[in-house]
Amino acid sequence: MIELRDLSREYQVGDQTVRALQHVTLTIPKGDYLAIMGPSGSGKSTLLHLLGCLDHPTSGSYLLDGEDVGSLPEGDLAEVRSRKIGFVFQFFHLVPRLTAAANVELPLTLAGMRPSERRRRVAAALQAVGLSDRADHRPDQLSGGQRQRVAIARATVTGPSILLADEPTGNLDRASGREIIELIETMNRGGLTLVVVTHDPEIGGRARRIVRLVDGRVVSDGPPDRVPAAEAPRGSGAPALSGTPAGHPNTRTGSQGAE
Amino acid sequence: MTPLETLRFSWGALRGHRLRSGLTLLGVAIGVAAVVLLTALGEGARLYVTGEFTSLGSNLVIVLPGRTETSGNAPIMGGTQRDLTLQDAEAIERRCRRVRRLAPLTLGSAQVGFGDRRREVTVLGSTPELLEVRHLTLGVGRFLPAIDPDRAAPVAVIGRTVQSELFGAENPLGRPIRIGDRRFRVVGVLAAKGHSLGLNMDDVVIVPVASCMQLFNQRSLFRILIEVGAHDEIAPAREEILKILTLRHDNVEDVTVLTQDSVLSAFDRILGALTLALGGIAAISLSVAGIGIMNVMLVAVSERTSEIGLLKALGAAPGAILRVFLVEAVILSASGGLLGLLVGYAGAGTLAHLYPDLPAAPPGWAVGAALAVSLGAGILFGVLPARRAARLEPVAALAGR
Repeated sequence: MIELRDLSREYQVGDQTVRALQHVTLTIPKGDYLAIMGPSGSGKSTLLHLLGCLDHPTSGSYLLDGEDVGSLPEGDLAEVRSRKIGFVFQFFHLVPRLTAAANVELPLTLAGMRPSERRRRVAAALQAVGLSDRADHRPDQLSGGQRQRVAIARATVTGPSILLADEPTGNLDRASGREIIELIETMNRGGLTLVVVTHDPEIGGRARRIVRLVDGRVVSDGPPDRVPAAEAPRGSGAPALSGTPAGHPNTRTGSQGAE
Repeated sequence: MTPLETLRFSWGALRGHRLRSGLTLLGVAIGVAAVVLLTALGEGARLYVTGEFTSLGSNLVIVLPGRTETSGNAPIMGGTQRDLTLQDAEAIERRCRRVRRLAPLTLGSAQVGFGDRRREVTVLGSTPELLEVRHLTLGVGRFLPAIDPDRAAPVAVIGRTVQSELFGAENPLGRPIRIGDRRFRVVGVLAAKGHSLGLNMDDVVIVPVASCMQLFNQRSLFRILIEVGAHDEIAPAREEILKILTLRHDNVEDVTVLTQDSVLSAFDRILGALTLALGGIAAISLSVAGIGIMNVMLVAVSERTSEIGLLKALGAAPGAILRVFLVEAVILSASGGLLGLLVGYAGAGTLAHLYPDLPAAPPGWAVGAALAVSLGAGILFGVLPARRAARLEPVAALAGR
């Protein structure tokens, strides 16, 4: 369960203050499937990084499973990331010198898990993404889709409750992208909270709920069928009336996923 | 992460960037090797000169005519200068009780011949005491006979080179040689000694001091070599000898009494400066190596900022990241340092092997300093940028900013 209250994030660039996020209030129940959409520079990535405890909010509060993580020191945040959050990036971010299995093992090693338990989990995670036979391959020996599968295995091997995906298909061809999305949707059906940042209306349309950002503010929040799927990413027009700027989880399916 | 896992991860990272790791290693190794080799050279030169002087005899006092200073200033009080004579030598031997052995020395250069072979050789005139005072060893035969120093005798002791050049495989004992226009009989051959204080002792002929003076028509001595009983008697002996000779020379102090210590300390100053200069050069090369390490580690860290960001996203605490980079820096600079030591010692060993006279060996302080600086620079310049990276917000690190 994620609860953001009046969350803002500002950057100081030279003399200017960039308001990347402004007064975002958002509740994401456990097991939800959320797409964050909006034009470039609208604060999508900032929101994702805040959700992933990679960044500190300037103001507002962030409760993760009831714990206020917005003000935790970096050492404790690392611990939260290690236990609860998995990341998937547009550019995979695999360590090039490590094999697929070693990449997947990395977060377990960082968490200090016993080697035997690590091996068991790595094998299971690789099997879940269908790459058991590629365990000993290095990233440069894998296709883009396979690399992203390794990244997904790495993100989920610790058994997180939330999977955050930043343009997971942005660097893949259509077919591979579809496979990747289907893979993480399968995991979502298993109870994993899934948050996807995307430009792609087709990807966004698959989510149970779409949060639209413009200039750091939430302009709409609701199920995709209220938004025309073919709508251009610019998206600050008609759908704005479907949600208040502050946003609230007024969804049909969202209530089913709520605890 | 356990220490072993940190080590394995760091090792993997180093192996993953072979070229960069190799270059850093090389930089450290060259710096350390330079320090080891250069200080070994300086130390070798110092040991060489020190060895030359100790081979003179441990408690040696040398009297030479004329007033000169070891600092090299020309004598200002010129005037009449008396020669150093055999009588002076006898007076010292009689009146100074600290003298254990005394050998007068005259010197000249003459053609020495046997049959139709000739050779230009340094001829030394002295007494039997020379053998002990100069720490010479006899190969075969006898040394000079114990006769009155005033008396000449046609006997000669020859060096090894003289023997082989004049006699070849023949036995020289008892054979007659010509020195200048006089005939001498060979009574002994010196064992090989090599150079000693600028004189090749293998290429000399030694005759009684009176014979030598006749040969070169000299009335004065070149040196008086005196060995005193113990090392702490050198200074008082020097005073006594000066007093005796001043008295004999109409109260004019016109001789110089060199002690081994005074000569050594003069040379020591020069060689100390030399070692310092070499050490300075070495220090420069080491700091260049240090800057090299700094550069490479800075590049390594900034190149891997996104990896640091990734590790953070995967739940690595700042401490774990710092440890990974610290271990990398330690592995690099320590193995570079060891490699440098190896190369430096090998180089010094090769030098010492090629030039046995120069005992090139790096002093301990230089080796310690080289290792400390390389390790210190590696760790400092490895950890500083890593610490900065570890403190970055993970987002910025991920973006590679």
